[in-house]
Amino acid sequence: MTLEKKLYLSAKGVSKVFGFGNQKTVAVDNVDLDLYEGEVVSIVGESGSGKTTLSKILLGLINQTEGDIYFQGVKRDISSHAKKREYWKNIQAIFQDPFSSYNTFNKIDTVLLDCINMRGGKYFPREKKIELMKEACSFVNLKFEELTNKYPFELSGGQMQRLMIARIFLLKPKILLADEPTSMIDACSRATILDELMHLRKEIGMTIIFITHDIGLAYYVSDKVCIMEKGRFVETGTADSVILTPHHAYTKRLINDVPKIHEEWDLTTV
Amino acid sequence: MANVMLEVNELSTKYITRFQEDVYAVDKVSIKVEEGKSLGIAGESGCGKSTLALSLMGYYFPPLHYMGGDIIINGNKISGLDPDHVRKTVLGKEIAYIPQAAMNALNPTRKIIHFIEDVILEHEMYVTKKDIYERAKKLFETLGLPPEVLQKYPVELSGGMKQRTVIAISVLLLPKVLIADEPSSALDVTSQKMVIKMMKHLMDAGFISSMIFITHELPLLYNVVDDIMVMYAGQIVEKGSSHEMVFDPIHPYSKGLMGSIIVPEEGLRDVKLTAIPGVPPNLKKPPSGCRFAERCKYVRPECRVTSVPLREAGDGRVYRCIIPETELRENYAREEQKK
Repeated sequence: MTLEKKLYLSAKGVSKVFGFGNQKTVAVDNVDLDLYEGEVVSIVGESGSGKTTLSKILLGLINQTEGDIYFQGVKRDISSHAKKREYWKNIQAIFQDPFSSYNTFNKIDTVLLDCINMRGGKYFPREKKIELMKEACSFVNLKFEELTNKYPFELSGGQMQRLMIARIFLLKPKILLADEPTSMIDACSRATILDELMHLRKEIGMTIIFITHDIGLAYYVSDKVCIMEKGRFVETGTADSVILTPHHAYTKRLINDVPKIHEEWDLTTV
Repeated sequence: MANVMLEVNELSTKYITRFQEDVYAVDKVSIKVEEGKSLGIAGESGCGKSTLALSLMGYYFPPLHYMGGDIIINGNKISGLDPDHVRKTVLGKEIAYIPQAAMNALNPTRKIIHFIEDVILEHEMYVTKKDIYERAKKLFETLGLPPEVLQKYPVELSGGMKQRTVIAISVLLLPKVLIADEPSSALDVTSQKMVIKMMKHLMDAGFISSMIFITHELPLLYNVVDDIMVMYAGQIVEKGSSHEMVFDPIHPYSKGLMGSIIVPEEGLRDVKLTAIPGVPPNLKKPPSGCRFAERCKYVRPECRVTSVPLREAGDGRVYRCIIPETELRENYAREEQKK
């Protein structure tokens, strides 16, 4: 197959250093990442390995110390707030903790309405807006009738995270950055969410960066897996090659630490 | 027969919302946990797992209210007692509870040793602070935690360390039953393994006699507990040994749950995860018939009419379905063939 895929987002030699002198911490250390259209790339690592810092750099929430980020072949420019807003139309995120992702004072209708407004639906008739919101809710297995006129704190963590994915459904970004999206969702709806995310990806050709510590999940969803340790990529490759035949000692340890059902889980190695 | 540590008979509790509506979150749940055994509770979010854990403590505060049933710990009935009495004599000594976000329970302005002093001084009078420190240090050393932790503030500890500290504090007074509500979710795999190792150590070293482990991570549950109980909409739908429950579930809901297991093993990518469509019923008005009927693939008209009792399937295994075990298994076999 010679069909060339479009390079969406690429990071070249990105580093991030926090503090200086004795307090210096290198959170992300010279990372190269290429992201092609429609691909699912997983970044796997323990907590403290720099996954979230890297994702924040890619989102443009914090600036990198060194290196460049190219979006669709052009160097990313997020120097002003207006330019950032333009950039965020293309890249959206789902965060780890749904409890702190919402404005506590806004009702759920407002959360979804904001997304419709952002996608140019500000002057849609009321019925159309409600229809869109209903569609988005049913996409993630929620009932809109039960959500309307409620505040985010009245929902469970799983419901909040699903609502977050409903937002993505309305926003239809080109790149989705999912930072441990299912760590607070139960296993049963996790399957639904993953299926829907993959469906959404096929439908609008969305590219997904999956940041997770769950190596089983990374194996299930992704085409490419990057294993991150102390700010560096220690192993990169296709999902099958990395997970089934790991080479690096760190990858081996990570896989060994996950509870399995067909093999004995060795508790003595910690 | 081993000594029964925790016995629960037809426990029912409800929430009363601020609009004075009743939500029947736990409906006639009966549990029996023997000494030295652990029980796992699995289920979707919103099916009453955490409420059951709260109800088991016998300490009810609004909006949770007690409706009926008995809780017996090692021969002593603790349900229906005065809440203040329960707090002083039962909690911590008989039964201990690790809440879901346990690591956020630590007050950031106080050192770890202060929490331990609080717990001990509430239950025992005339203990000097030095004694408490020695006791805590000994406990931390046995559990494999560095004793320096005692003099630190919560912010100085990592998530896994905080979680293990909270577990260590909860077993200070040597409770008989420990209820762990998702102790390892939101931790990465290595810390999770350390937490689990410590909990297993607690059982082996005799700090606790029995354990109730609540999580939705089925591979983890399979590796930790002896028996698994699946809950749906406030009721028990199936119970059995962990091996049987994971590889040979009877109830359609358990079957669906087991179909959503993700483990990094060969062949996972070829398996299509089975998701159960729909959402759990609203427990303000629980359905009169089978609560799973709305989402069940094998639903029959009679399912929706009367409530379904638990049925025996041999070896202490129970399930809640109108359709007999053999017929359900035939259905599953047919579906396997179709794939």
